[in-house]
Amino acid sequence: MIETNSLPLAPRISLAEPRDYFALLKPRVMQLVVLTAVCGMASAPGSINPFLAIISILAIAVGAGASGALNMWYDADIDGNMSRTRLRPIPSGRVAPDAAFGFGIILSILSVMTLGLAANWFAAGFLAFTIFFYVVVYSMGLKRSTPQNIVIGGAAGAFPPMIGWAAVTGDVSIEGFVLFLIIFLWTPPHFWALALFKMREYGNVGVPMLPNVAGEKTTRRQIFAYSLLLAPVGVAPFLMGFAGPVYGAVSLVMGGFFLKKAYAVLQMDDGDQLMIPAKKLFGFSILYLFGLFVTLLAETASMGILGVMV
Amino acid sequence: MSREDENETVRLTPEETRARRKRSIAIAVTLVALVVIFYVVSIVKIGA
Repeated sequence: MIETNSLPLAPRISLAEPRDYFALLKPRVMQLVVLTAVCGMASAPGSINPFLAIISILAIAVGAGASGALNMWYDADIDGNMSRTRLRPIPSGRVAPDAAFGFGIILSILSVMTLGLAANWFAAGFLAFTIFFYVVVYSMGLKRSTPQNIVIGGAAGAFPPMIGWAAVTGDVSIEGFVLFLIIFLWTPPHFWALALFKMREYGNVGVPMLPNVAGEKTTRRQIFAYSLLLAPVGVAPFLMGFAGPVYGAVSLVMGGFFLKKAYAVLQMDDGDQLMIPAKKLFGFSILYLFGLFVTLLAETASMGILGVMV
Repeated sequence: MSREDENETVRLTPEETRARRKRSIAIAVTLVALVVIFYVVSIVKIGA
């Protein structure tokens, strides 16, 4: 007879529910990815079957979510020590690291294959490169080694409009690149504003964010410098003729507000504990990006040039 | 099943059973969705 007491302990049975796996996909980031990818698709010349367009957007969103899951798998040690990320599925113990890794890999493969079948293999290759860039280049490489981590890593979050464009045309273009540039230049002021008031937490977990490495003053200057670049680039789609006058006005006004809030951050005192201007800039930066892309999409659709629906 | 076999079997708690059932349903729904997506994509591509 077998002595059950001498048997090794059975592995813990998972209590993870589908919503825990959904949380691994970073749904809030996915919203932005869907919006910007649709904008890239809508702005592109040519047409794509509406069903294939929806499936392509879904594939891009799932690909972005898969990279988020792989990022959470790799960064679980950091996430567990920061208030903002402590309740994520892996550090809270709801999803096992191995399960999250497998989930991310399977979804990465599925999303790339689906985009290749629904749209074209150039767009699928671009999506695969984006996942690789976010997980390997940013998460595994840059994030823990350089204070410029989010500048270079920000490219991964900026690729979706170019992928959306590529899904329609099969190539990349200067217009898609301008949409990329808006998100790319927006990322540093957005994350450094957050890093300013979460500086201590990033320092405690050993992530070399700019305020910890170069100091608050340098960070404030860099935020303002990137904002100076972002404001005119935000208007570029109108100036280049692939966005209408409403977009032109909205991007001009919101760009002005962005600069004003970035200037308030620049004027902050050293050792400011409350960091109100940084918190305001962080909040407004989200509104800015959504505002620009929603306006671009709405105006493109209302002008009847939403090529994907033809 | 003999008594010895029963001793070697992992018995799930009601919470574990419920969570596993939800995961199984989610996987099933995803697989069916994938079949439908690939079928319709094929039809659309062939039609074009």
